[in-house]
Amino acid sequence: MSTLAAAQPQALSALDDEELAFNTRDARSLRELSARRLWSFNDAELAAIQAHFKAAKREPTLAEIETLAQTWSEHCKHKVFNGRIRYSGPAGCGSSKKTSMIKSLFEETIVKATKRVQKPWCLSVFKDNAGVVSMGPGSRWALAFKVETHNHPCAIEPYGGAETGVGGVIRDVLGVGLGAKPVLGTDVFCLAPPSYAGALPEGTLAPARTLRGVVAGVRDYGNRMGIPTAGGGMWFDEGFRLNPLVFVGTVGVLPASAVKKEVKPGDLIVAAGGRTGRDGLHGATFSSAALGEDAPASAVQIGHALNEKRLLDALMAARDQRLYRSLTDCGAGGFSSAIGEMAASGGALVRLEEAPLKASDLQPWEIWLSESQERMILAVPPKNLKALQEVFAATGCETAVLGQFTRTGRLVVKHHEETVVDLDVKFLHKGLPKVERAAVWEAPKSAAAKTPSPKRKPAETLRLALSHLNVCSREWIIRQYDHEVQAGTIIKPLQGVRHDGPGDACVIWPQAATLDWASHAGFAVSHGLNPSYGKADPYRMALACADEALRNLLCVGADVSRAAFLDNFCWGSPDEPSRLGALVRAAQGCHDAAVGFGVPFISGKDSFHNQSRDVDGRQLAVPGTLLISALAPVLDVRKALTMDVKGPGNGLYLVGSTSEELGGSLYAELEGFSGGAIPQVDPRTALQSFRAVQAAIAKGLVLSAHDLSEGGLAVAVAEMCFSGEFGATIDLDEVPHKGSIYSNEVLLFSESQSRLLLEVGPEKEAAFLRLAKGCARRIGATVANPVLKVIGLDGIVALEEPLSALKTAWQAPLPEALR
Amino acid sequence: MKAPKVLILRAAGTNCELETLNAFKAVGGNPELVDIAAFKNPKMRVLNYDLCVIPGGFSYGDDVGAGRIFANRIKLYLRDLKNFVRMGRPVIGICNGFQVLVKAGLLPCVPSGEQTAGFTVNDSGRFEARWVHLRINSQSSCLFFKGLPEMIELPVAHGEGKFVLKSPRHLEELKRNKSIALQYVADDGKLAGYPYNPNGSIFNIAGLSNPEGNCLGLMPHPERFTAIHHHPNWTRQTFMKAAVGLEMFRNAVEYCR
Repeated sequence: MSTLAAAQPQALSALDDEELAFNTRDARSLRELSARRLWSFNDAELAAIQAHFKAAKREPTLAEIETLAQTWSEHCKHKVFNGRIRYSGPAGCGSSKKTSMIKSLFEETIVKATKRVQKPWCLSVFKDNAGVVSMGPGSRWALAFKVETHNHPCAIEPYGGAETGVGGVIRDVLGVGLGAKPVLGTDVFCLAPPSYAGALPEGTLAPARTLRGVVAGVRDYGNRMGIPTAGGGMWFDEGFRLNPLVFVGTVGVLPASAVKKEVKPGDLIVAAGGRTGRDGLHGATFSSAALGEDAPASAVQIGHALNEKRLLDALMAARDQRLYRSLTDCGAGGFSSAIGEMAASGGALVRLEEAPLKASDLQPWEIWLSESQERMILAVPPKNLKALQEVFAATGCETAVLGQFTRTGRLVVKHHEETVVDLDVKFLHKGLPKVERAAVWEAPKSAAAKTPSPKRKPAETLRLALSHLNVCSREWIIRQYDHEVQAGTIIKPLQGVRHDGPGDACVIWPQAATLDWASHAGFAVSHGLNPSYGKADPYRMALACADEALRNLLCVGADVSRAAFLDNFCWGSPDEPSRLGALVRAAQGCHDAAVGFGVPFISGKDSFHNQSRDVDGRQLAVPGTLLISALAPVLDVRKALTMDVKGPGNGLYLVGSTSEELGGSLYAELEGFSGGAIPQVDPRTALQSFRAVQAAIAKGLVLSAHDLSEGGLAVAVAEMCFSGEFGATIDLDEVPHKGSIYSNEVLLFSESQSRLLLEVGPEKEAAFLRLAKGCARRIGATVANPVLKVIGLDGIVALEEPLSALKTAWQAPLPEALR
Repeated sequence: MKAPKVLILRAAGTNCELETLNAFKAVGGNPELVDIAAFKNPKMRVLNYDLCVIPGGFSYGDDVGAGRIFANRIKLYLRDLKNFVRMGRPVIGICNGFQVLVKAGLLPCVPSGEQTAGFTVNDSGRFEARWVHLRINSQSSCLFFKGLPEMIELPVAHGEGKFVLKSPRHLEELKRNKSIALQYVADDGKLAGYPYNPNGSIFNIAGLSNPEGNCLGLMPHPERFTAIHHHPNWTRQTFMKAAVGLEMFRNAVEYCR
């Protein structure tokens, strides 16, 4: 990290306003200045700022430019998703190529879909820090859900990056509406395999170290906050070796009556929580650019969970007494973003000298921009100030009055006598020039459409599939998280006889947040992610992610008719037209999934510039990655379901149809071939079978349910069996399929979507079939003998493996990789 | 009959207090959350309560050692807690609360009040959350376990839960005065190593009481097993039908009546 330290003093040295001479610089000199100060402005933005201040007939101050840099950063304004894109490629599921102008990708895909499905139980979408939905029919509680990434900081300092990532997303939920109480944490990591042995450029951490660091960071922050980390997943691909992706999510519970907030002129600006220091300068702009070896160490913040816990406890007490009118968290951009955002409709007068500091020598602009953690800004009516201060003091949480919200239309920031910022809030929030980018999508030509004949016996392939890092047990990680604090984790991430099988989703009964012991309403959370599909077809990847997330919810007994999605896009630089084209396709897929399944998106986030120079100096971008997270109410948590086989002699029913879809599959990777069809989703058919399955589960007809994802039917049935410690015999001839399939391997390992495997007791089979006749078929039964047996298409046993061997293969990889 | 007043003592970083509150309400107690700082006020008396709970969490971030600061504050502001125990009123310290009771010198109960035990980092070197099998010492007369079967299950979740003693003679003392209330065991009821003993505690000790049995400290979390649906295998229905944690709290509340 020596290069980082050396780069700092020059990059962040104090610069007084005379030196800035912004208005007199030419375009090239402005560009240099922007690069040196890590502002990440483009030329059009620099010109717009210069024009604005020339018209105002004065030089901007350093703090003003810094404020604009943070507010206009990709991180805060989502310029790619909101900018214009000249797109050339197919629209929707068709393949005919057209050129069109997208005015705003966000509005035309994600928002459009949510408007179209029109769900009245969506209480707040896209506006606030997180999406908010009702907890169930007639519930007086609402659920807030947010998933964020903290990729750039985790690449430099995995432990601290993950900690502050968790802390940040918790504050997002604390700051939604009038404040939600966090009741669940989730985490998803995309990393290079820990065994990666190739060369890495200087300053890049080994993948195993990154994994250990991020797990420890999530653990230490989440556990100390008393929030169960019970949902998540991981994905390994060498494409993440320079830029790991770390997704962190939080679900919070708030009264449905506390969703609305407003700032009134005259309200006091109160900062609460941690003190302000020099840690975390330029986080927003830093994360909006490619990672280089000169990335500043101070751009990563320092977390302190105890301070955030104090803040949480104080906020909940103050919320219930209605002591403040609005709040938001200090995330990227610190005070400048939080106060700037809350002052967007009126204006504010801020006095920086009132801010409690960690060090007395901070420059005014540093106080204003610092991203020190565990801070929130509240809008407090003056008459409530005393009561509010008492509530916060009781938990040992510091508060300070930084000024007042106004109706002047200006954001004025003073430090003693000096005015450091005086900006028109309209210019600050609306003055950003729209950029236009080009995007092209052309499907990669797939070489082999036919699946080559298998290299291995099915049993060996199954063992390899189970011990693949993208399938294997995550127990080593999950056990380090306190996933049961708040005593609401009714369906746990690890399931089965020995509490170690892979659950599809977790179910939370938020009794400690609602204090309502008598109600058994809860919710489930799941994820869908598969960058492998996206390499060939980002559109189908998006549909598959949505489909998988919904099936995971279905498997634990959630009400998927009231499910809601979150999107998280992680891409490389959007300036590469083909990469941006892939993004457009993925966003179109999100739209079609939302409309097709009738599931709205309620919030989301994007992260670009996830790319760095590899050892040869070439830019290596991460595989375009979309994480779809899903949330749905569980009307009665006592009727939820797990995935482990419950006993011998029960029918195994396969829901959905299998096609030869091995493109981007685990099987293709294990067998070493490329090409093939990427799994395609037909939401209409899928939804019909999902409804039938949900009805059957609600009637208590299903004993266990598991979704078919990476590794297909073979992996799903193996996981159900070894978790329940009962064997099964299945007959591939019974597997419903589309097109002619003559290969056992295709039926076992194809990754066709919308499929689930259900266990149904013999006395319930007739009733089950009445509901699910059109979409489910009995493919076998469970047996007492702990052996998985598969009868091939030729009637001969294709696979016969003791469960212990399968389970060992599944459990070994992660502890071994991290030994 | 009046509901017994239950003091749930919290501090910055406590995080299991609300589920504990819900559980005590459910068994007919009248629980109240009180921050330790409130006891700086001399009018606040612990003796005004019938039952005292120190819930789990990371009090004061577990800085300078798990439970250390909270324990010091108890020694400073809650001097009557010793009398509270002596008068036979129930006290339970859960996880971080157990660590607090040990560091405050309340457990193990030695006449001199000297601290003879402590906790250190789990043998695995990691924080671990898992359900464990526990055996209740049939010789212990701990009021919380009245009527429960000898073998129970509860979850643990801690990083610093390895119970250690100053010297082997203290273990003999604990055995002699029947203070070992709870031990980690395998599913067959025998003492066993990791992962059955999740942290490497000496003599598999999971919980201690005073010889009289009214003051209990334990690493497992009874407030996380207050409904049968908390059990990891409730969907298999192959476990004991009572929610062990709720029964423990019920015993304490009934005892106060």
